[in-house]
Amino acid sequence: MSELEVHATEWHTRDFPTAAKDLLQDSQTRKNVQHATNVIQGKRNTVVAELPDWEDLREAGSQVRAHALRHLDYYLTQFEENCTRAGGHVHWASDAAEANRIILGLVQKHQATEVIKIKTMTSEEVGLNAHLEANGIRPIETDLAELIIQMGKDRPSHFVAPALHVNRQQVRAMFQREMNLPDLGDEPEDLATAARNYLREKFLRIKVAISGGNFLIADSGGICITESEGNGRMCLTLPDVLISIVGIEKVIPSYRDLEIFLQTLPRSATGERMNPYNSTWCGVHPGDGPQEFHVVLLDNGRSPILADKEASQTLKCIRCAACLNACPVYHQTGGHAYESVYAGPIGAILTPQLQSMKEGRSLPYASSLCGACYEVCPVKINIPEVLIHLRGKVVREDQATLGGKLSLWNIGMQAAAFLFKDSGRLAMAEHMGQIGQKVLVSKNGFIEWMPLMLSGWTQTRDLKAMPAQSFRDWWAKEKSPNASANLRAEGRSND
Amino acid sequence: MRISLFITCYNDALFPETGKAVVSVLERLGHEIEFRPEQTCCGQMHWNTGYLREAVPIIRHFVRVYQDAETVVIPSSSCVAMMRDHYVKAAEMDGDAKLVAEVEALLPRIYEFSEFLVRGLGIEDVGASYPHKVTYHASCHSMRSLHLGDIPIRLLKNVRGLDLQPIQNIQECCGFGGTFSIKNADVSSAMLADKVRNVLNTGAEVCTAVDNSCLMHLYGSLHRQRTFVRTAHLAEILASGHADSPGVVA
Repeated sequence: MSELEVHATEWHTRDFPTAAKDLLQDSQTRKNVQHATNVIQGKRNTVVAELPDWEDLREAGSQVRAHALRHLDYYLTQFEENCTRAGGHVHWASDAAEANRIILGLVQKHQATEVIKIKTMTSEEVGLNAHLEANGIRPIETDLAELIIQMGKDRPSHFVAPALHVNRQQVRAMFQREMNLPDLGDEPEDLATAARNYLREKFLRIKVAISGGNFLIADSGGICITESEGNGRMCLTLPDVLISIVGIEKVIPSYRDLEIFLQTLPRSATGERMNPYNSTWCGVHPGDGPQEFHVVLLDNGRSPILADKEASQTLKCIRCAACLNACPVYHQTGGHAYESVYAGPIGAILTPQLQSMKEGRSLPYASSLCGACYEVCPVKINIPEVLIHLRGKVVREDQATLGGKLSLWNIGMQAAAFLFKDSGRLAMAEHMGQIGQKVLVSKNGFIEWMPLMLSGWTQTRDLKAMPAQSFRDWWAKEKSPNASANLRAEGRSND
Repeated sequence: MRISLFITCYNDALFPETGKAVVSVLERLGHEIEFRPEQTCCGQMHWNTGYLREAVPIIRHFVRVYQDAETVVIPSSSCVAMMRDHYVKAAEMDGDAKLVAEVEALLPRIYEFSEFLVRGLGIEDVGASYPHKVTYHASCHSMRSLHLGDIPIRLLKNVRGLDLQPIQNIQECCGFGGTFSIKNADVSSAMLADKVRNVLNTGAEVCTAVDNSCLMHLYGSLHRQRTFVRTAHLAEILASGHADSPGVVA
């Protein structure tokens, strides 16, 4: 069968500061994002505070995930064996194109022209929907937020709540148009009922479903999906064929490990003590659920991350998005500024690594390193540490080019490093600064304009001018053992 | 106790009054302060911006200057966080086992200023007096790296005449983040606008913190907007007044 290759995802067209500048102008989106993240963050803080062993759960979750990644080859093979034995088919996809090819082939084999989908960011990552559409197959998102994104021809801005940047009035307008419901109200019940009626027909009719997976369970060959709406349970049980696309890093050793993650994931993700729907299934069972089950295990840039000792912790992520909700940068811009399926702090470290640092090079700098992400992470990914490590990579790669070597940033940093190696040089630079700044200091004693890259500071902020005497000069004059001699020389006494 | 003051590069050049205040508070408590003029910078700017190799000689210089110090006190939580969170890693990255050992030996003797008063000396009342309405900005590193908790608040509550006003969203960053404020100036400014609004909502005359870096950022906007709110490092508030004898007497 012929296949049309498309490159659906049009991410990474702009760097973060440029995309963010645009999004900061969109006050409605900013308001929606701030409201939604505040609500989720508030609920998360409440339900996390209830657990006296929260820190132990974080540590346990971190260790289980780190262990699974250290022995990824072992656990993935074990998963494949157990899944196959239970009647599932395991496929390995090294990149997005291969995953799309495998899934399209499976859908075409069943002559399906429509598929229903559970929210899966992995399918967003590979651009599956566009690939299916280009080949005459209509994917229908059944998660409410993903349905909103799909109908609005929008992109997810948050990987737990993809339509978090849209408010319910905007959703109503979209449903009125797309579902032909001119009298639809904007109460949550109205919108949910409209979506339910629209989707129920699809659940009952369409025979092929596509899902992601929260966890691959090695010792049973099973998969676990947690969700809130029940659309997932419909997709996992009603169709004849189920295809799950899951990143290779999602494996956990044992069913028992879910004890940890089914506590930490819902509390971190949606502020719920437990997800309303937790589905785990294993292979196929005659007369019960899909009779054909496929798992596509996706690498797509994950293996090289494992080899980086400093950054491999990135792959511990269980996609709860707590770091997005806690991040003050995300609060301002929302997810689209990251120009990536994975937004927020985890996106800032995951996206450039998945792209071998060829794309998303401004993302490691999209953080004030405030540490709020690390504080909430249920598997203790030290995101600030990884951000700095990746910044180090960006700098080293830039310094290897002539343009990078001669950039103002590099020259400035080399000059500063030269001064900081020797206090005599630093003191001299301070004296020069005290004199040199005079061209910039306004009458009010503040610097209100600075040139080149420093202009970013003075666009909204004044800068206090350097006082005439540095601390070290004051100390030398007033406090050092030589000070009394200095004072005597000036005709003053220290006594 | 003989205390070595690491003033930090930006306090040295931009905020000498903070250094003088630290000296004043600690001397009043009966301690001997020394200033080692060989000191420069902790290396944070280079490290956090990704100039990792360039940071190592700066770190090595700091360790060389202070390795025989009895106690090092630093009026900047982000510089202390740089040392505690990254120095060992930087030395390891450089493959310098001797430097790793020197860092590990020095770190337990390094304190942030307010941490030193409360955890090091067990003093919460330094006998200061400051009859102003004040709000406290909790810097990210003081909260999430040093885990200072309510240490600065306890010190402020014991200042005579000080009217402490709580601030909303105290946990949220002011948007400085070192070179972040320049590389991502627009997002940084948006974060700052939220923080400044919260500062102004307190009705305080003075905003204080244990980091002049945040305060420089905050005051940059407070001044640009022609507000009357001032900023002052915690040490400057604790060095004020002193109608009573220093807390050490009790």
